[in-house]
Amino acid sequence: MRETLEKIKAEALEALSAPSANIEDLRIKYLGKKGELTAVLRGMGKLSAEERPVIGQLANDIRAEIEAKIEAMTAERHAREIEEKLEAERLDVTIPGYKIAQGHFHPLTLVQRQLEEIFLGMGYSIVEGPEVELDYYNFQALNIPKDHPARDTQDTFYITENILLRSQTSPVQARTMEKQKPPIKVLSPGRVYRSDAVDATHSPLFHQVEGLVVDKGITMGDLKGTLEMFAKTMFGEETKIRFRPHHFPFTEPSAEVDVSCFVCGGKGCRLCKGEGWIEILGAGMVHPNVLRMCGIDPEVYSGFAFGMGVERIAMLKYRIDDMRHLYENDVRFLNQF
Amino acid sequence: MQLSMKWLADYTDVSDITIKEYCDRMTMSGSKVEGFEEIGTDISGVVCGKILEISRHPNAERLVVCKVDVGIDAPIQVITAATNVFEGAVVPVARDGAHLPGDVKIKKGKLRGEVSEGMFCSIAELGLSLNDMPGAIEDGILILNHVGLDDIPLGADMVEALGLRDTVVEFEITSNRPDCLSVLGLARESAVTFGKELNLSTPKHDYASADGDDISNYLNVKITDTEHCYRYSSRVVKNVKIAPSPLWLRMKLRSSGVRPINNIVDITNYVMLEYGQPMHAFDYRCLDGASINVRKAEDGEKFVSLDSIPHDLDSTMLVIADSKKAVALAGVMGGENSEITDSTTTVVFESATFHPGNVRVTAKKLGMRTESSARFEKGLDCENTMPALDRACELIELLGAGEVVGGTIDVYPTKKEKATLPLNADVINNFLGVNLTLEYMAETLRKLDFEVSEDMTSVTVPFFRDDVRCMNDLAEEIIRMYGYNEIQSTLSNSASPTVGARTERQSFDVRLHDMLVGMGFNEIETFSFISPSYYDKIRLAADDSRRKCVVISNPLGEDTSVMRTTALPSMLKILADNYSVKNRDMLLFENAKVYLPTTANELPEEPARLTLGFISADDKVGFYRMKGYVEAILAIAGISDASFKSCKTEPTFHPGRCAEIYAGDVCLGVFGEAHPETADNYGIGCKVYIAELAVDAIYAARRAEIRYTAIPKHPAIERDFSFVCDETVEAGSVAAVIKAANKLVANVELFDIYRGPQLGEGKKSMSYAVMLRGEDKTLTDTEADEAAAAILSALETELGVKLR
Repeated sequence: MRETLEKIKAEALEALSAPSANIEDLRIKYLGKKGELTAVLRGMGKLSAEERPVIGQLANDIRAEIEAKIEAMTAERHAREIEEKLEAERLDVTIPGYKIAQGHFHPLTLVQRQLEEIFLGMGYSIVEGPEVELDYYNFQALNIPKDHPARDTQDTFYITENILLRSQTSPVQARTMEKQKPPIKVLSPGRVYRSDAVDATHSPLFHQVEGLVVDKGITMGDLKGTLEMFAKTMFGEETKIRFRPHHFPFTEPSAEVDVSCFVCGGKGCRLCKGEGWIEILGAGMVHPNVLRMCGIDPEVYSGFAFGMGVERIAMLKYRIDDMRHLYENDVRFLNQF
Repeated sequence: MQLSMKWLADYTDVSDITIKEYCDRMTMSGSKVEGFEEIGTDISGVVCGKILEISRHPNAERLVVCKVDVGIDAPIQVITAATNVFEGAVVPVARDGAHLPGDVKIKKGKLRGEVSEGMFCSIAELGLSLNDMPGAIEDGILILNHVGLDDIPLGADMVEALGLRDTVVEFEITSNRPDCLSVLGLARESAVTFGKELNLSTPKHDYASADGDDISNYLNVKITDTEHCYRYSSRVVKNVKIAPSPLWLRMKLRSSGVRPINNIVDITNYVMLEYGQPMHAFDYRCLDGASINVRKAEDGEKFVSLDSIPHDLDSTMLVIADSKKAVALAGVMGGENSEITDSTTTVVFESATFHPGNVRVTAKKLGMRTESSARFEKGLDCENTMPALDRACELIELLGAGEVVGGTIDVYPTKKEKATLPLNADVINNFLGVNLTLEYMAETLRKLDFEVSEDMTSVTVPFFRDDVRCMNDLAEEIIRMYGYNEIQSTLSNSASPTVGARTERQSFDVRLHDMLVGMGFNEIETFSFISPSYYDKIRLAADDSRRKCVVISNPLGEDTSVMRTTALPSMLKILADNYSVKNRDMLLFENAKVYLPTTANELPEEPARLTLGFISADDKVGFYRMKGYVEAILAIAGISDASFKSCKTEPTFHPGRCAEIYAGDVCLGVFGEAHPETADNYGIGCKVYIAELAVDAIYAARRAEIRYTAIPKHPAIERDFSFVCDETVEAGSVAAVIKAANKLVANVELFDIYRGPQLGEGKKSMSYAVMLRGEDKTLTDTEADEAAAAILSALETELGVKLR
């Protein structure tokens, strides 16, 4: 009987191992009510009292072993089936995805927003003003009287003798100072106009962002610190700034501000024309005449102002070689941003 | 301003500083350097030689063989084709290995079998013009005997001997510093910047003729317009011998970019460059009435300037006149009628100051900006007229160009006073954010020619620094010499805290733009000015109010001559430009201003307009796609009760495919398919969909505050209705009737429109899904049936629509 049991075990395990085995049929064949193992167990009565528990134990062990094998084979079969199914469902992942419409901000907006975010984070609010502006705010309130030679450097579009297209966003500063008492900490972005014909580096319409801070005890060191922080945030932590003395009628002292070249880090390259520095900003301490004209006492308050061209920064940042691209709005250009 | 470093050396010695460092440090102390040029470095190996013997070339008729003494043991042989050479001529000889301008190299060689060890040079070959070397000829060898230079030692380097080598630094001088438009001004800045001595000399100023002759015997000067002429100083020079200036003077002018003319004219230019005071010289013979009157021109007065160009003057322009006629345009240019010529024997020197604005406007009106007007329009120092005049007379004597007549006429109605400012170290330190001593400040100002009081509490500003008028100006003088970049960076520690935030409106725009880009729109930027003809392109009627716009009085061109009152032409143009380069897949938006005129002399209104645009080959869905975008924008603004009205009156649009959007009575904008003629006018060969929305109105109509409403607790019952109606029945009115028919109606949605032959001509079938919901309970079928009946009856009575 022991041999019979061992034989059944060997046969069953071998049959179950065949890849094409029908596991359910084999279960019934060996373990079912009419199965081979059950048949053997039914003959147990003929055994001696000593043999019965031994054979019984053996039969149970064999049943457990066959059951375990069945379970393992079922699991393996199931896993294989899933694998085959998934294999059959395989997709070509290199086929392009469904087309999802993707819009793009204009590069000028990207730069302007970045500038705004930086200064919002530094406690500035954003102020706006008219583009068709009074001569008074564009020039006179900024210490540029009629016939001032500084007017020559900004060829201005006029509507009437006293109304013009603003040639800078500075009139917004004058308007802000008239309305608001210090502390003033504002950024004025927007369109400005100068009568320059369109070419690779000029446009009769362009964008400026100007900042103004007026309060008690504002120093030129504060101006430097502010622009340094701005430059590091905008162009990278390693960026340095350099002030060069300059003249603007509405600030005194005035400076042109360079940042260390963000491509070569100051060693000199094509972008910075070998200089290591790139001119980015004009800045200075608000002229006391400007403060006075806007009703702020320069003996009590001081302030600084700075301004930059959005186009210039966008062109440097994205290496755009021709300003005209910005206003032609070819979608093949816009799609790159 | 072009500065000759050789000229600078007359006043301060910066020879131990490299040119690169000189330029960098001058820029950092406030005199911006644009660049520098080393002139004369392209010439080498050219020496002075004397032609000892000329013989015919054995093999060439047009060539001659010259034996030339170039200061070495044996003469060299030079073959030349030049015809103006002669035995005894002293000439520049480019020897073997010499370099000439234009990268020309001279090598020893054979010309038709005869050895030539060099080449004789013409003026052009030395980079000179006839003005630089008067007496020379253009098409021949420079014969030094003919230009008074035959005393140059043989063998001497010609670059050295002629003084051709110089370094020229180009400065960009800001408008507040006309004093730096001069060698002296820049010498002062250089001396302070590099801590060097400034070596000034005061020219002789008392001229008395030995024969007792006096200027009063010659001239009478009157300033009629004292408002525009502040000072007029004058001297007379007699027995003038017009001749070329000496070489050293010509070479300085040349380095400064000024053409030498003759000794008298050159002296006026020399003084202008050196002292920054423009001068003029009149031929005394040409002054009618022996008088000078500074007056306004007559309207229509004729005047021919030195450059032979006739001008019509007007009564705003200041002229220098004699008793009969204008002889100079004050501060701009002299007149042809009193020009210095070779036969001039008596000269009147003018050294004057004029109203800067008047000079600027006159020069601009006549389109003749000169070296002189460029200086005057920045405002020159009245106290500089006499030193300049003295310097000119000194040069007359130095050059032996004439005899200065004794006496000066100096009309100076209001003598200038020097300004005095308080000096307070604490105020300046606190303003700059530095910590400098009062002594340092005083010392720096003194070096810049400011007078500082003994107790260092006040500063007297030199006459030539009219730009210094307040504490800020003194602070700048100090900090530019101390170094802008030495200021320690700080971050407004003393300032009051402020909140940095966008306004609600600014945030609304940001959100709107983010959403549009998220929906696939590309943002565009277009010019605010357009051509008035663009209004024709978008088919506006001749009397359309939008044609009334803000007009630029000095536009660049017709294309950019008026401020737009609608942004649609800009959008259409960009769509068209893209279409023309075969870009098809585009969805564009712009949020920018339009400019609506108000009353004359008032600023226009500048409302924002959001334009949307795309083109589509598919006729069916374009309008509703655009409407979908518009609805999405309204949804972002939280406007749930907007209505859409068919609009036949917007000429830019297809009359049957255009809608206006309303929130109550307020129009929020218009959108639809562009009129086929509009598309045609822009050369777009397919359907164009555009929208122009009034962002300000949308913002005003927005839902400002969000309030949560409870999610319904009870399930809804959905009923579908399909019915046939006339084509003219609008879906919007059907939905409105359904909605109003019963209070249980929670939502109405159109899900199908069908047209077919079985419905008949002019009919359509519409299918709506209507959601019914009780507010506080689950509806029974009976209640739903009752609601459905109410809907049907309302549709029938109000619209005559019947269930299909």
